[in-house]
Amino acid sequence: MVSSILPLTLKDAVVRKGGVQIVGPVEFALEGGGCSVLIGPNGAGKTTLLRLMHGLEKARSGSVSWNGTQKDVRLRQSFVFQTPVVMRRTVRENIAYPLLVRGRHKKEALVEADRWIDEVGLSASGHKEAHILSGGERQKLALARAMITDPDVLFLDEPTTNLDGASTQEIEALILRAKADGVRIIMATHDFGQSRRLGDEILFLYRGQIHERGQVEDFFDHPTTEEARTFIDGDILV
Amino acid sequence: MNDLLAGLISAFHLIVTLDHDLVEISLRSLQVTVTAVVIAAAIGLPFGAWLSVTRFRFRRIAIAVLNALMGLPPVVVGLVVYILLSRSGPFGVFNLLFTPTAMIIAQVIIVTPIIASLSHQAIRELWYLYHDLLISLNTSKWQRMKALLWDGRRSLLTATLTGFGRAIGEIGAIMIVGGNIDHLTRVLTTAIALEVGKGDFPLAIGLGIVLITLAIAINLAIHILSRTEREGRW
Ligand SMILES: Nc1ncnc2c1ncn2[C@@H]1O[C@H](COP(=O)(O)OP(=O)(O)O)[C@@H](O)[C@H]1O
Ligand SMILES: [Mg+2]
Repeated sequence: MVSSILPLTLKDAVVRKGGVQIVGPVEFALEGGGCSVLIGPNGAGKTTLLRLMHGLEKARSGSVSWNGTQKDVRLRQSFVFQTPVVMRRTVRENIAYPLLVRGRHKKEALVEADRWIDEVGLSASGHKEAHILSGGERQKLALARAMITDPDVLFLDEPTTNLDGASTQEIEALILRAKADGVRIIMATHDFGQSRRLGDEILFLYRGQIHERGQVEDFFDHPTTEEARTFIDGDILV
Repeated sequence: MNDLLAGLISAFHLIVTLDHDLVEISLRSLQVTVTAVVIAAAIGLPFGAWLSVTRFRFRRIAIAVLNALMGLPPVVVGLVVYILLSRSGPFGVFNLLFTPTAMIIAQVIIVTPIIASLSHQAIRELWYLYHDLLISLNTSKWQRMKALLWDGRRSLLTATLTGFGRAIGEIGAIMIVGGNIDHLTRVLTTAIALEVGKGDFPLAIGLGIVLITLAIAINLAIHILSRTEREGRW
């Protein structure tokens, strides 16, 4: 085992779909701790870039590389999708599933799942079928399922986009706690407030490219590119 | 009309008194069909799941062929199995023609594509839903199939019951390979055909009632299952 699967290094990475270049070329490295926020308008390529880093998309050219063996790298990162994938099982079975995949005994995995159910505040719903959960509860389930494997890196794709204020607060508190526990967080959002509350640094994505990267306050107070300035001022970017 | 009424009355008598022939034939029908459906499900369900999670060159063609096999005419299946099992055929040495085993083989061939095709459709939908998560969790192909088969179990049960409904009422193939031999290969459908030919309506009607009851029970089960599926989202 290596100490961390970071740094993550992207070199001239490009994703194309249906003959269109959606992301790239992008070139950057992520290391250390904290929370990096991918910010940018809808369709900028945030989801695609997250999926590329996580290994769900292939780079058409360029490279994405982690530190460690392929298996280590796969097992030590988690991804929370914008629309949580809810398996047709009970809540605790959903949360325990990644441990089963890793070969842990079911009983043991469920005990661990129950711990995470309490952690994210789903204690009343552990034995319920997961599909009856509300949007916020589904997102909590997804977070617990992502955290149960004790990942080095956690990817979050607009984790609160469809949630009300109260659920958003709860989810953000959980993300902050994961960050405090030393999980390296990489998240996409188009919510300025959220990126200030959770982020340490901003990567501004526009039309598939990183136009700016910097500390949160610097980015919002002194954007260096025209696109970022327009985006921050709330003008419509096309 | 009187014939029918008299037939119905004696049919009920046969059923209520658990007539020996009626019970024997019904049990054989169940034995052959249940065995065939269990074997067909053991092949068809994993195959349907495998087909959903595997990309290969002729996948689309394989799916089209599978769907076409769903409509395989039982009489032709019976004929082919007959030729294969007959004394001069490649499997003649096993002496299987005109045995329940031959009937099971024919029904497995008829039912497996049905179960495989229906389960493939159900699993493909679920795979579409689970795809990103299962890839992200670095699951093996076997783990993916296991998760999909388990979480899709209600639709798979429906697929299996559909296969059962098809097999229990089937006559074309089992008549040819079973031969409708008394106390050996006679089942509900072949017995009804025989009794009607002989003019023994009470037994024929009694057998018919049992067959229809089984068919209705199966359809009811499918209906209830697919309703709970929709309401509970599966
Ligand atoms: N499979 C696909 N085929 C073609 N275009 C796609 C596909 N997936 C996404 N896109 C396009 O790529 C762009 C970036 O998408 P996405 O990464 O989802 O952006 P974001 O998450 O920033 O809103 C969008 O314009 C989208 O329409
Ligand atoms: Mg997105």
